[in-house]
Amino acid sequence: MLYDLSLVLTNTYPGSTDSVRNLVRLMPLSLPGQQQLVTGLVQVSPRPSERIERHDFFGNAVTEIAFRQPLTELTVTLKARVMRTAQAPALDLSPTLPTLTTELQSVTDLSPHSPLHYLAPSPRVRPNAEFADYATACRTPGQTVMQTVLVLGKSLHTDMRFDANATDVDTPPIEAFRNRHGVCQDFSHIMLACLRALGIPASYVSGFLRTTPPEGQERLEGADAMHAWIRAWCGQELGWIEYDPTNDLLVGTDHIVVGYGRDYSDVSPLKGVLRTSGGQSGKHAVDVIPVSN
Amino acid sequence: MSETSSAPQALPGADILSDYAVPTGTADELFDASGHMRPVWEPFISRLQELSPEEIDERIARGDQYLRDAGVYFRRYSDKTPGERDWPLSHIPVLLPEAEWADISDAMTQRADILERIVADIYGEQTLVRDGHLPASFLAQNPEWLRPMVGVRPVSGYFLHHIAFEIGRNPDGSWFVLGDRTQAPSGAGFALENRRATSRVFPGLFAHTNVHRLAGFFRAFQTALGARGAQGRDAPAILTPGPGTDTYFEHVYIARYLGLMLLEGEDLTIENGQAMVRTVDGLKPISLLWRRMDARFADPLELDETSRIGTPGMLNAIRSGRLQMVNALGTGILETRALLAFVPRIAEAAYGMPLKMPNIATWWCGTQSERDYVMANAEHMTLGPALSTGLPFDPNSIVSVAGASKAEGQEALADRVAREGEQLVAQQAVTLSTTPVYADGKLSARPMTVRVFMARTADGWAIMPGGYARIGASGESTAIAMQRGGTVADVWVVSDSPVQPETLTPGNGVQRLPENPLPSRAADNLYWMGRYVERAETTIRILRAYHLRLAETGNAEDVNVQQISDYLKGFGTDTDEPIPSNLIAQIGAAAGCASKVRDRFSVDGWAALRDLQRSLNQLQGTTQPGADCARAMVTLLQMLSGFAGLVQDNMYRSTGWQFLEFGRALERAQSTTLMLSKFADFDAPSGSVDIAVELGDSIIIHQRHYMGDPTPASVVDLLALDVRNPRSILFQLETMRDLLATLPHPGEAGQLTPLRREALRLHTQLAVAAPKDMTLKALKSLNKALSEMSNLLYNTYLG
Repeated sequence: MLYDLSLVLTNTYPGSTDSVRNLVRLMPLSLPGQQQLVTGLVQVSPRPSERIERHDFFGNAVTEIAFRQPLTELTVTLKARVMRTAQAPALDLSPTLPTLTTELQSVTDLSPHSPLHYLAPSPRVRPNAEFADYATACRTPGQTVMQTVLVLGKSLHTDMRFDANATDVDTPPIEAFRNRHGVCQDFSHIMLACLRALGIPASYVSGFLRTTPPEGQERLEGADAMHAWIRAWCGQELGWIEYDPTNDLLVGTDHIVVGYGRDYSDVSPLKGVLRTSGGQSGKHAVDVIPVSN
Repeated sequence: MSETSSAPQALPGADILSDYAVPTGTADELFDASGHMRPVWEPFISRLQELSPEEIDERIARGDQYLRDAGVYFRRYSDKTPGERDWPLSHIPVLLPEAEWADISDAMTQRADILERIVADIYGEQTLVRDGHLPASFLAQNPEWLRPMVGVRPVSGYFLHHIAFEIGRNPDGSWFVLGDRTQAPSGAGFALENRRATSRVFPGLFAHTNVHRLAGFFRAFQTALGARGAQGRDAPAILTPGPGTDTYFEHVYIARYLGLMLLEGEDLTIENGQAMVRTVDGLKPISLLWRRMDARFADPLELDETSRIGTPGMLNAIRSGRLQMVNALGTGILETRALLAFVPRIAEAAYGMPLKMPNIATWWCGTQSERDYVMANAEHMTLGPALSTGLPFDPNSIVSVAGASKAEGQEALADRVAREGEQLVAQQAVTLSTTPVYADGKLSARPMTVRVFMARTADGWAIMPGGYARIGASGESTAIAMQRGGTVADVWVVSDSPVQPETLTPGNGVQRLPENPLPSRAADNLYWMGRYVERAETTIRILRAYHLRLAETGNAEDVNVQQISDYLKGFGTDTDEPIPSNLIAQIGAAAGCASKVRDRFSVDGWAALRDLQRSLNQLQGTTQPGADCARAMVTLLQMLSGFAGLVQDNMYRSTGWQFLEFGRALERAQSTTLMLSKFADFDAPSGSVDIAVELGDSIIIHQRHYMGDPTPASVVDLLALDVRNPRSILFQLETMRDLLATLPHPGEAGQLTPLRREALRLHTQLAVAAPKDMTLKALKSLNKALSEMSNLLYNTYLG
């Protein structure tokens, strides 16, 4: 599926700002066999005093921008064309959890996609017994890891209510979990916490979802903004699978990947610290339009 | 050596040693295994025995007095009332012979080199993981493994520059390493203070004992940092988390001692990969930071996003190779306790250089064979979190103290070791050697560790010869942490032959160094300190006038009493409280500003402010309105003028002093303007002008210089226009004008800055004014112009 993506992200600063420096993570990745970035452009307005393009540890594209002049408004625009070919796994080749644990002990890989990076507590996903208990309750003896992922995901999707106004970007996952509501970021963080509690490596995925559903299908939650889902490591044989807990589905051609990280803090689309007297507020608008199959 | 540990031999007349008992199975610094005093201690102990308990107490008091005068403190976190604590010096130094120290130095140098190789590999090739010397999860799970630093080579070529090792002595007399301090070790500055205080307790002994001096170590490191002769342009600085950190005193102390700037994260900004200091003279490049903050706080953009003390873009500057960090960001991973399980094998198998000094035996419970071993020997081990960076005796870092199995039961323990596996390390339960401490006329034996400081120089590692031992509060090794009441002692490395006295400045030439540019944040704090101190003084004078009149008239409804009360209320000061909370807040604000610039501020000045705060707190609640309160105000005024005297007579005329003075002058000009518009107005009630003269502290001058009683015109002349009166507005304007003439003027090319132009304009305006010109309207417009001056100052220097 070939998509045209556009995104406009606007931040306004009511107070005066000084020395704004931001990291922008919006550019979709090229992933062999899964998706190909055909063309893409990140534009920043007003024109920053500095602009650096690089990749972070996890291989995500980062645009670092800095402003010396005071800012009242910042607009970041993405236009991209992406070919998405990834298919959801058809066969469950994953081992049982004890076998996965043993397999992990022989992993010495420290490259960005090594499962080892995604087991430990991360800045925004802290361990908690409530996650562990919930996750353990989803397990049955003899279950494969992929089955566990799907059962857990379905369970969360059933128990939790999608509510675009109940949480904000800094709501701790445990709080969203206790209230059983949130947006894609909360669903994903909660699922990461549960998977890691079981010892299943799991990473956060930030990206886009097609705006209009294929004919005859329901519109997916989260399509009008940037989206997030999870990636779980299911052993040497199967490797990573991607799952969208907000919509309870295995990720295929409807999703477009922008970045992988341990949690939101590694991949937030616009990260920045302000020396400012006022607060800041932001909004963003997304369009993901299929061009052709 | 005898086989069994025996009580030390009693020396003739050795009362001081009568209670000295070394626990069985423990090495002691003072006595060897056969109970003979080690030769290095003999002169020291025999001199001590010549002193009476009173003499010893008197000497100890001298050392403590020195520490208090020097303002040495540390901050205790875990206390119910957190705050600054006196430095807990144990007055008896630890004495080590030179030859033994040479062996320690040799082993520590080797360890420093090994750690450098390990950290370079962890952030570089990662061969240690590939070859199975380090488990991959040790890195991947470790919060101290900073992923953004992977693949980044430090610009100096080295990760480690200033490190420390905590070492202890085994029962057999050999030394071992308890932990590595590679992130941002503290203590080197405290070591200097330990030395200064201890040498005051035992001046004669110190002079005759051939003790290796510490200054050479600091000089070598100062040179290595490029701090010598680099003042002014691109001088290195210490990066501190700020006054809230437990060892802030040391940051201030070392910055002063080595002539380094002391910066906080917000003093810095990054431009095109270059770190810049925000100074009153504009942005100045800086290329070396000796950081005393943990790495994860350094850059909220790429490391801990919740950090409020870092600098966004710091990693950008490091990646672009224009900023050197001492130590490199990420070196904290070497402090991880689990690493101690791997270092011996790495040293031997990977590097072919077996450790010259072992580290504490450590087992990582990540494999079955290790777990089995730990379970079989649990009673001789402690168990703790594998990724902890705490030292073995730090509070909250030990899960189970020696004899883990006793605490939990064998089964529960086995279960936990199996379940948590690689999250756990076991360490051998160690017995530390004991060293003498003095209390109540006796020496007693307490466990100790020694902290060894190393600095990288062009000629390799330099080691600080002595300086810092930690000593337990009781016989228990676990009570060694200062946060748990442990103490700290000087370490004397004693030579057989005389040593060269050293200071920081060798040679006989005198070189005066140019002043470093003043960071804007420091200028801001000094400016506001000046303002708050002056504001408090004004408040106190008005309160004194109020309570004097209240005492005279006994009538709170008296027109003048009421007039003053109204005036004070206009500033939020409530005369119903004898010691108004607003006054306490003003002094608190002044002390708050001072606490952030202690590197630029004399210890005496700081002490004076703290005394003032203490007195205020004491007066609050006990002082009665009227005469009692007026007396209290006089006392406070005297204390404040003591402070002002220190600033005036003792403070170096640096750029910082200029900002402080500017703040005082501006505040005084403004308060006098306001005061005159209230009390020197023709329409004001009778008695007002007398209040004005009194508030202006000019009663005697007025008597001497004017015919008759004060009139509005004479008061305005004296308090606004007389340039010889240091309380007049014109005097303040002249001070401000002169201060601005010598301050740096960023961006000024032949043209006056708006700030200087305004200062000049106001000065001229008043210089040519006559008393009749100073109408109420003129005073009001002057007050407005003075407020605007503060904004102009902010825009020019502090923003």
